[in-house]
Amino acid sequence: MKSILKPLLTIAAMALGMTAVATLPARALVEINVNKGNVEPLPIAITDFQGELGAQISDIVSADLKRSGLFAPIDKGAFIEKIANPDAQPRFDDWKVINAQALVTGSVAKEADGRIRAQYRLWDTFAGQQMSGEQFFANDANQRRVAHIIADAIYERLTGEKGYFDTRVVFIDESGAKNARKKRLAIMDQDGANVRYLSDGKSIVLTPRFSPNRQEITYMSYESGQPRVYLLQIETGQRELVGNFPGMTFAPRFSPDGQKVIMSLLRDDGNSNIFAMDLRSRSTTRLTNSTAIDTSPSYSPDGSKVVFTSDRGGRAQIYVMGADGSGQTRISFGDGVYSTPVWSPRGDLVAFTKQTGGEFQIGVMKTDGSGERILSSGFQQEGPTWAPNGRVLMFFRDSAGGPKLVSVDLTGRNEQPIPTANFASDPAWSPLLE
Amino acid sequence: MGRIAALTRNPAMIALIAMLAITGCASKKTPNSAGDLGLNGAGAATPGSAQDFTVNIGDRIFFDTDSTSIRADAQTTLSRQAQWLNQYKQYAIVVEGHADERGTREYNLALGARRAAATRDFLVARGVSASRLKTISYGKERPVAVCDDISCWSQNRRAVTTLSGAGS
Repeated sequence: MKSILKPLLTIAAMALGMTAVATLPARALVEINVNKGNVEPLPIAITDFQGELGAQISDIVSADLKRSGLFAPIDKGAFIEKIANPDAQPRFDDWKVINAQALVTGSVAKEADGRIRAQYRLWDTFAGQQMSGEQFFANDANQRRVAHIIADAIYERLTGEKGYFDTRVVFIDESGAKNARKKRLAIMDQDGANVRYLSDGKSIVLTPRFSPNRQEITYMSYESGQPRVYLLQIETGQRELVGNFPGMTFAPRFSPDGQKVIMSLLRDDGNSNIFAMDLRSRSTTRLTNSTAIDTSPSYSPDGSKVVFTSDRGGRAQIYVMGADGSGQTRISFGDGVYSTPVWSPRGDLVAFTKQTGGEFQIGVMKTDGSGERILSSGFQQEGPTWAPNGRVLMFFRDSAGGPKLVSVDLTGRNEQPIPTANFASDPAWSPLLE
Repeated sequence: MGRIAALTRNPAMIALIAMLAITGCASKKTPNSAGDLGLNGAGAATPGSAQDFTVNIGDRIFFDTDSTSIRADAQTTLSRQAQWLNQYKQYAIVVEGHADERGTREYNLALGARRAAATRDFLVARGVSASRLKTISYGKERPVAVCDDISCWSQNRRAVTTLSGAGS
């Protein structure tokens, strides 16, 4: 398999000196408040970066920021000042008059050694100061990554929160008729670019999830006949069965340290229990032992707890337990059926799928089950995954003949379709790339 | 909504209805002996063949929403299956469990597994050797009916008894 991630390690960053003006104390121009109804997106002017590749890069930066819902890039046609030197102080009055709260300038150049040098500067037009500036070196194959890294830097500087644009999504690419669907493991950038296939579509594959710290995913495949959980090294294509259990294994996820896979194992009586497997020692630990369906386990980010689905109370609900299986407690009590709980990377929330009133909803609740908020409702949708900054969720929605990926802000605003060539399901967001 | 219209225009669905009509017809006749099997109803299947099993016995049962109980109509079908399987012992058997799309993917894998196990257990209780029986769950990944409403979902909540060729 072609190496996907290795060349990315050559990206190097350095801060650009502030020009002419004093450094601003860190100040967020955008306030993110999930309890606030309508956040007005910040008007921002993103100028074409100089150089042959410049406009391509700055367009990707602009698209990232726009899709976040927190920024409103201003139409370039409204720009008054033509940026001649992206390192020189702009005429702030020209940008204030078109209500650009922030301004981005930059350049992209090819170095003698073939690498690309990309740099940007972010300006606070009303304070009349540079807010940040950095330059990055990358090889040719990483043009889009450079743009995502710049978008992350701008997002972080303006919101005070980590970005999530320099990330990937692993998902199931679906094609063909509904009763003969071909399902392939695939990976792409978070904006839908650079799709690569990781399986050939001969066997059903489902529920891929990223390792928190390696270029590795765990997923379920029918390739051996019986559905089982596997590991896949993204760079080498090397695959490995997880454990040697007699029955179906499914619903895998990594522990936050990447050393364990937690999953469901089918019992002979038809019920399913949750096990954790240590990937080094290969030892397995049983965490639940109920005559019920226990599945969809997801660790808290500190690894001390696990949230999961169980129908031990009659219908599927969400439960929390210690990572050793202790203290199993139901946390969902709303009117409906709850499943696919996923602990947020910040640790404070659990995202879920809820079925109620003939609808499927994507929502979040606090880890004690309180404070439930529904972010999206639809005829058929499920399977949320968190962006690494815990601010955006992606899930899949079935409509018009098949599933497609959708992202939504934690506020429930700003639903965005993720472009994919075919139908797509089971998205899982990567951590921020290194 | 376009769903109803899509249903009636869907050739796969029409074919399925036709197939069900055939099995439904066959199910009214209770075979008393091997000689009865395959000689009536859909007719041409050789007694003891996989086609005989599918057409004249009925290879699938259906479940209520989110349920794994074997309904009365399903018990009739499974009893007939057991009688046939006990007569033609050359087959190994895989019971496939399926769910409709009105559940999430992982939960439905578990639900399909439970339906397959309940079906297997019923067949074993009717004398089919457990060593001949395997189960597999397809969750909601292999629907037979592909519309977006109840008429399809009820056909997809199923367990299918498949003959995996001359087995042990």
